[in-house]
Amino acid sequence: MTGLQDRLTPEQVEEFGREMDAIRQRIVADLGAEDVQYIQNVIKAQRALEVAGRGLLFAGFFPPAWIAGVGALSLSKILDNMEIGHNVMHGQYDWTRDPALSSRRFEWDTVAPAENWRHSHNYIHHTYTNILDKDRDIGYGVLRMDPDQRWHPYYLGNPVYAALLAVFFQWGVMLHDLEFDRIVKGERSWASTKEVRARMVRKAARQVGKDYALFPLLTGPLAPLTLLGNATANLTRNLWAFAIIFCGHFPADVESFTEEETENETRGQWYLRQILGSANITGGPLFHILTGNLSHQIEHHLFPDIPARRYPQIAGEVRAICAKYGLPYHTGPLHRQLFSVARKIVKLALPWNGRPSERESATLGGGERAAAA
Amino acid sequence: MPRIAALAEALLTPHGADRYLELIHPMLVRREIRGVVTSVRRQTADTVTFTVRPSRAWRGFTAGQYVRITVDIDGVRRTRCYSPASSQHRRDELEFTVKADPSGLVSRHLHERITEGAVLGLSEPDGAFTLPRPRPGRLVLISGGSGITPVLSMLRTLADEGHRGEIVFLHYANTADDVLYRDELADLARRLPGLRVVLGYTHQDSGGDLHGFCTAEHLDAVAPDRAGTLTYLCGPPGLLTAVRALTEHRGTSERLRTEDFAPPSLELDTTNATGTVRFAHSGREIANSGRPLLEQAEEAGLSPEHGCRMGICFSCTTVKARGCVRNALSGELSHDDDEEIQLCISVPVGDVEINA
Repeated sequence: MTGLQDRLTPEQVEEFGREMDAIRQRIVADLGAEDVQYIQNVIKAQRALEVAGRGLLFAGFFPPAWIAGVGALSLSKILDNMEIGHNVMHGQYDWTRDPALSSRRFEWDTVAPAENWRHSHNYIHHTYTNILDKDRDIGYGVLRMDPDQRWHPYYLGNPVYAALLAVFFQWGVMLHDLEFDRIVKGERSWASTKEVRARMVRKAARQVGKDYALFPLLTGPLAPLTLLGNATANLTRNLWAFAIIFCGHFPADVESFTEEETENETRGQWYLRQILGSANITGGPLFHILTGNLSHQIEHHLFPDIPARRYPQIAGEVRAICAKYGLPYHTGPLHRQLFSVARKIVKLALPWNGRPSERESATLGGGERAAAA
Repeated sequence: MPRIAALAEALLTPHGADRYLELIHPMLVRREIRGVVTSVRRQTADTVTFTVRPSRAWRGFTAGQYVRITVDIDGVRRTRCYSPASSQHRRDELEFTVKADPSGLVSRHLHERITEGAVLGLSEPDGAFTLPRPRPGRLVLISGGSGITPVLSMLRTLADEGHRGEIVFLHYANTADDVLYRDELADLARRLPGLRVVLGYTHQDSGGDLHGFCTAEHLDAVAPDRAGTLTYLCGPPGLLTAVRALTEHRGTSERLRTEDFAPPSLELDTTNATGTVRFAHSGREIANSGRPLLEQAEEAGLSPEHGCRMGICFSCTTVKARGCVRNALSGELSHDDDEEIQLCISVPVGDVEINA
């Protein structure tokens, strides 16, 4: 596979960047009441599911009510975190000047405090997408997700850590912002995380308080069932979010980059990296909404602050432009992308699946690569 | 009740009770202040007068103060300052009169679109253009056009208090057809024994009491200078300038109170300004001139949304991605990344990046 810089001529890269900018400008100029109506409807659906889910658990002694309650609450948390929280906190609706849709003020239904996440996600991950040692989302500091990460016996546990991360994903996202790996390496002092930790404790206390104390207690004798229901809803959301997010950057054919090749990047080169470093997931409209439109990871990484409902509208155009420049456009159904990620997690647990010379495409093969055309 | 409210907030974390209540009805919110429009009338061709019943968080206002009204236009929240014209003693209903500015976004929207049942965003009241207590024995209230609202609020408040002092209410309108609250003023004159209403027409030389723009003769005729008289003034810039000059000439400036929404004095240092201002969304860059960011953005060819240009209305609030800015009103420094700042009163300190 060719490196980042020698895929296109510098002129082509800039021309490509201009085409991307043109799409962006067209969408930004078209933003209006429809976009607000859309997100307000999603918010209404989420709040209704939440109230219904909590309400049904008061009848949790009746198994169908318990199952329906957990289902509704799981969907509520998924919508809250993915289509609403993630996207609002990207500033996708800041132009509405509605305080309830403000990236600065929004708080989501998960233990990770919005303020900590915004920094690590919006800035670090979206700026340094898939740059090894810069993008801390590569393996979340605990996994080996890139052959360029040097192998260590610790990584033999790669599949186990990944499974644990999937189950406790909201806690993983919260602790991710502590940059524990950097503290261990001495790059960051424990004392410097004081504010980050204080926010975590406050937020986690509130979340744990409502899900595992207040709502169970309110249901009286049903408390254990309610607690179990709430834990199941959190688990469902955790597994879903983990799956979608890991399919966004880690399927086999998605590329990662070095700091050297991304130095002094132009805007066109940055766009190029976003395309090479992201992968979409195919599916129907409801599936896209439940992924927070992260199933359009490529479009999201190109235009992180454009309302996510616009991604499906521009996907065809982005793909056609990629084809025009001979660039890959990684996409596939969820099961295939998940399998690809799982295989990577297992392979990279082993020392001989590293990078002596070739990039991982050589070992993991381009069989799953969906050509742009 | 407070305990139930606290429990509800704990159960509905992180969004809070208001975000659920508003889905049942927008006026059910407990913390936010909103108002539902209860009546709409058009007194003159280019104005709209509407009454608003505020939500439960409203704590009242003092006559002469203003409120920030927020409306949704094409999906975007827009905020402007308007002074209620109603008495401060009417807690359940606020009245506003807005003149449609041909180039104004919010005033035109209100003029053309507002209907009974519409829900508006309201703020806490603000402003120091208010009457002292005890009420002064001699008052002159001067207004022009829709600038009548804060002084009419004072007049209605005094009427509700059974005020018995002398009041001269001098109001300027373009023509007889443009006079706002004509019937209400006549009615107030009957309720307030000390009130004298004087109407001036700037573009009509018949009818009314005075003609042409405000002059020394006007003031001498209706409000001769007498010790202890307080004058309250609100209206277009021309009227403000004229009355200010006249009171200065009389040496009574310290007894003049004005509501002019004029820019306050900002502390600017344009000689020692350093760094570059980068407007991230447009990709434009400009060398920091030491002037407020709104002006610098306009200099760079951008046209950011704005309102008062003096730090009141928050229309120009924008996210500062990086760098440090100084609030030119308070002198406060803001160092944090991704912080919302008001462009009109924020001055860059070195390099800054603005999401505009």
